[in-house]
Amino acid sequence: MANERMLMKGNEALAEAAVRAGCKCYFGYPITPQTEIAAYMSKRMPKCGGVFLQAESEIAAINMVYGAAATGVRAMTSSSSPGISLKSEGISYAAGCDLPCVVVNVQRGGPGLGGIQPAQSDYYLATKAGGHGDFYIPVYAPCSVQEMADYAVKAFDTADKFRTPVMILSDGLLGQMMEPVVFPEITDNEPEKEWACKGHGNKRRHNIINSLYLKPEELEASNRERFKKYDIEKAELPEVETYLTEDADIIVTGYGASARIVRSAVNAARAEGIKAGMIRPITLWPFPEKAYADTVETAKAYLVVELSMGQMVDDVRLATSCRRPVRFFGRTGGVIHTPAEILAQIKTIAKEELK
Amino acid sequence: MAIYQKPHALEDISMHFCPGCTHGIVHRLVCEVIDEMGIEGDTIGICPVGCSVVSYDYFACDMIEAAHGRAPAVATGVKRSRPDKFVFTYQGDGDLAAIGTCETVHAATRGENITIIFINNTIYGMTGGQMAPTTLPGQVTQTTPFGRDPKVAGYPVMVCEMLSQLTGTAYAERVSVDSPAHINAAKKAIRKGFEVQKNKQGFSIIEVLSTCPTNWGMTPVEALERVRTEMIPYYPLGVYKDITAENK
Amino acid sequence: MAKMTVLNDRCKGCGLCVSACPKQIIAIRKDIRTPKGYCPAECSDQSKCTGCAVCYTMCPDCAIIVER
Repeated sequence: MANERMLMKGNEALAEAAVRAGCKCYFGYPITPQTEIAAYMSKRMPKCGGVFLQAESEIAAINMVYGAAATGVRAMTSSSSPGISLKSEGISYAAGCDLPCVVVNVQRGGPGLGGIQPAQSDYYLATKAGGHGDFYIPVYAPCSVQEMADYAVKAFDTADKFRTPVMILSDGLLGQMMEPVVFPEITDNEPEKEWACKGHGNKRRHNIINSLYLKPEELEASNRERFKKYDIEKAELPEVETYLTEDADIIVTGYGASARIVRSAVNAARAEGIKAGMIRPITLWPFPEKAYADTVETAKAYLVVELSMGQMVDDVRLATSCRRPVRFFGRTGGVIHTPAEILAQIKTIAKEELK
Repeated sequence: MAIYQKPHALEDISMHFCPGCTHGIVHRLVCEVIDEMGIEGDTIGICPVGCSVVSYDYFACDMIEAAHGRAPAVATGVKRSRPDKFVFTYQGDGDLAAIGTCETVHAATRGENITIIFINNTIYGMTGGQMAPTTLPGQVTQTTPFGRDPKVAGYPVMVCEMLSQLTGTAYAERVSVDSPAHINAAKKAIRKGFEVQKNKQGFSIIEVLSTCPTNWGMTPVEALERVRTEMIPYYPLGVYKDITAENK
Repeated sequence: MAKMTVLNDRCKGCGLCVSACPKQIIAIRKDIRTPKGYCPAECSDQSKCTGCAVCYTMCPDCAIIVER
């Protein structure tokens, strides 16, 4: 059963992998296009002794996760873009309390109610503005149903290892489509959580889960301590896939669903004699800057492809120190770029930048 | 032989509450109940934003601080993940009946097996005396400088009356801490709430009419008098729901 | 023999015990300051204390110990 190949929706594969990773509590709220995660958990959790609860709101759901995580169990919530806005308060509190938990964002178009089709316009929300205050959370961006499963497992391990909320930034395309998936082998990476509030049993002093520091110096010290942790995360966590970058003149870069289309466009460009390659960030925070720095001497230009008006493009410009032209091509609101559209962009760059 | 002294479940540090504020009495009552039931090691408390925000330092059981209004949701996560533990929240009126009404109502209607200690002092204390959802008509606060006008600011939220209508609510009682007799009755109600939780009978809430001498602009003794003359007539004391009595 | 003791490091001088004492034997010591700067309560006549603990019950700061 463990290594059996199965055909599943991305959302369901993620949910199943989370259960296998030891997720004991899931709290969610219906919103398209992530609702399959909640629906799957509602069937699955009661069978394995876990908790499924449909919360009264996204805000309640993240706070239920906060409570469960505070007692030391693996807990998860999922939503889509407008719901993640609501959860940002709870994510900030969890980050401020160093609580490990997993938050899944199956992105849809925005702003406001936006639409229900796939989008990648929550990059800033995930990587730079996850809530009020000075904090970051690791963000994984899967690009296939297999990776939805793989990174669900990894997200829990990372959350526990660094005592931090972790986000899986997916989108409606990956959530809804079906692909074969083989569930990863589970190794027990759940540490002993001596800080957890599970009743002190008259054996120790009380534990306190808290993000309030009334003395400014203490708050600053706690922020500095957390940023030391971020330095370790930046060294250990970045993950990236590179494709045909060694001799590439033009490097096309995108994450998640966009990267699938980028790959096709890169192949098409190669077929026409243009040396194109791809960098696909898998961790969006920490951003895999090294992959860009490693190519900036040899590549002539970069093209960033996103289902947004341009958000990750900022990080690509920073990672290349603006030493090469960085162009952007994006579609929004649920319109998905075609390989031909991206190929046309590559050709334009070849004409204008490879002289 | 000392017989009346600080309960073990109350940490041996001075509390930050203003002189004469009855928050301290309610803290002591909760801790006395925890001591008497012998459950300090099995209890997890949740204190959200408001004057209770640093109460994690006062209760000797494991403590979780929560965002404003979210304590019932946090308590739900705690209780669902650790159903064998006692879980209580300690919330003020702004927290429970304004920003956290949604979380409160739904924890109640789910019959969440937790106990809420609800402090009703008709004002926002921590932020310096603004109108609360429970501020009485005509009451002057920083944000109702001419008295609460129900035509503009609506009417007080009657929490016990409201929550007692929900099937999931197992026990709802409104008590007061204005006199020794009422304080003893309040302790019995808190004990009852924890007993209901122990017997897995569902959601329990004890609403405590409390004072805020500082923001009411009164002496502590005058503040107790206001509870008797203004609050109790508007917020009648008593048991609003008790499924343990109904089942007998 | 009953006895009430005020813990000066906890007492904030709010006076709730003073007004509650049925024997009227608790008073605020205006000539004393606690470490926090409050004028604490004190039993003026221990011989009349019955140990009823009403003062303990009314005290918001757990600043009173009653023995009997």
